[in-house]
Amino acid sequence: MTETWDAERRRGALQRMLTIRHFEEAVDKLFHEDHAFMTHYHLYIGQESTGVGLMEALGPDDKLATHHRNHGHILARGSDPKKALAEILGRQDGLNKGAGGTLHMSDPELGFISTSSIVGGSISLANGAGFALKQEGGDAIAVGLFGDGALEEGIAYEALNLAALYELPVLFVCENNSPGALGSAGGGFPTSVSAVKDLTTIPLTFGIPVETVDGRDLEGVNEVAAKAVDYCRGRKGPFFLHAVTDRWAGSQGLWPEVVTGELDISMAWDESNIKGEHEDWYRNHDPVLIYARKLLGSDEVSQDELTEMNEAQKTRIAEARDFALESPRPNPESALEHVFA
Amino acid sequence: MPTKNYADAMLDVLGNFMESDPNFVVMGNEVLGIGPEGMQFEPFQKKYGDRILFPPCSEAAYTAMAAGAAMVGHRMFAHLGLASFTYPAISSIANEISTARTSSGGTISCPVTLHISHGLLHGGGAQHSESPFGMYWNLPGIEIAAPSGAKEVKGLLTTAIKSDNPTIVLTHAFGYGAEDDVPDGDFEIPFGQANVAREGSDVTIVACSMMTSIALGAAEELAGEGINAEVVDLRTLVPLDEKTILDSVAKTGRLIVADEGRMHCGVASEIAAMVSEKGLDSLKASVARVARTDAPVAANQVQEEFISPTAEKIVSAARQVVGEVPAAAA
Repeated sequence: MTETWDAERRRGALQRMLTIRHFEEAVDKLFHEDHAFMTHYHLYIGQESTGVGLMEALGPDDKLATHHRNHGHILARGSDPKKALAEILGRQDGLNKGAGGTLHMSDPELGFISTSSIVGGSISLANGAGFALKQEGGDAIAVGLFGDGALEEGIAYEALNLAALYELPVLFVCENNSPGALGSAGGGFPTSVSAVKDLTTIPLTFGIPVETVDGRDLEGVNEVAAKAVDYCRGRKGPFFLHAVTDRWAGSQGLWPEVVTGELDISMAWDESNIKGEHEDWYRNHDPVLIYARKLLGSDEVSQDELTEMNEAQKTRIAEARDFALESPRPNPESALEHVFA
Repeated sequence: MPTKNYADAMLDVLGNFMESDPNFVVMGNEVLGIGPEGMQFEPFQKKYGDRILFPPCSEAAYTAMAAGAAMVGHRMFAHLGLASFTYPAISSIANEISTARTSSGGTISCPVTLHISHGLLHGGGAQHSESPFGMYWNLPGIEIAAPSGAKEVKGLLTTAIKSDNPTIVLTHAFGYGAEDDVPDGDFEIPFGQANVAREGSDVTIVACSMMTSIALGAAEELAGEGINAEVVDLRTLVPLDEKTILDSVAKTGRLIVADEGRMHCGVASEIAAMVSEKGLDSLKASVARVARTDAPVAANQVQEEFISPTAEKIVSAARQVVGEVPAAAA
């Protein structure tokens, strides 16, 4: 069912997108400038609207399985950016005591199960959470988050089949960020390579209902997600949500880089800075700017308020950064503490 | 000899086969890793683009596809990415590639080369840090090479692709930029010939892949303490050059096996077992294994190092085994 969004809810959603955006900008700086961690990472810039729109449709008892591009999911669900950033730096105060890092960050207190960085891992694990929740008899659901690339793995097809056969209450959320991607053949980061031109035909083959949404449209994502969540809560079986976004330029190459620059919120109302190589991104694809413009247009927020909200989130992330950098490194010996329960 | 890095050495080999064998195919994404060396792939891609495949994340299917083509007689090179990414392909490797020759009564060969990037990425966590030498060594019928430097990459990869057997070549994910003097032209290093990378008289350190250079570093430090270590670079695990290992232990009387794979059921345990069976009389001290502790790798360098073999741990093991010399033998 479609819920009406009042100004307060809209501001909350925008605030969460701003948190994610500035968090991801901080991650990038901590890697490129501070060399505070060394491993490959994946940013959620350009997909904030999908994460926030989706999480707004979920309840506290729902379980989630995310993947290598997890930062935005975890923050959209409400995790503390301090602990999340400390985790990425491999510090003691991180969500997973620094053992998971960017690739395996999880927040079980918010319903996340283990975060797999193996392509297709999350889609198959979500089935298990869905199975358990169905067995428990309530109406909680499981959410399997994955990118379009996960549909290249054989296990994805096996998992969709199981979900359909056992009518599991699993919401499969495919964030398709391949449109416009370079891919390996173009010298960029690998991207989805599929003979299937319309990915929505895949779940349909298994009799799983599917709906495609514009991933940049936060409330549009939420509307469809709410309907899908109801379907799964009603124990009608799995549902497949296909959210499409263009590939953000910073994720084109093998190593992410904030090539579009730090978010300039004034682009929501001031045309003069919207120019250059990434003009189309600022104008038509940046979901944060798109939503800010929407709120401005409906007079639910003023330019000053937007500036203030943006600054508040920048400050919050700056504090998270300090917290993460000051957090101690874990004890070496604790590497062996959690091998077994 | 020209100085080249791993990535250059790999392209030398792949280019030679592209030139000499019209059916030779390279498949895989990020064949030269995701570091700056990846850029070196561009001219190769331009030249041989029609025989380079960038397959989807379908490791099981493209490993089997490479194997199937190899069973038809084509030489195939498949880069599977990081070691953890090969695990979805284990059925193709363990059930098909490993068994085809035996199950066909010797009538079918599978000359496929699977290339894997292994080892610590320094923060890669549980699924981007694996060195599954032992896991793959447990599968019969597959030759395994673990080159220690750019020269070995060139020589061993050439031999691997020429081999009529399936081969797995594990190069270190952090090593693509490491340079060495690499011979030009067609250069092979025969399988089953370990290399004494450093001669010594007090203790033998056996290693493979990047652990060889770490062992050489440890040997330098030990030399400063008056302990003269010999470093044996295995080069291949299958076939294993038992003679070079046993000869070295006969000379030094002491053995350390340093390995980035896990402690149990790994390279270190296998070499220790072999020497205890065939060279016990040479040993003046118990064998020391310096390998990764049996724990998933945490995504921080402090804990990563704690469970991993390091030069420091090799040095400490050497002090121990040298100190263990029985009074009568000293």
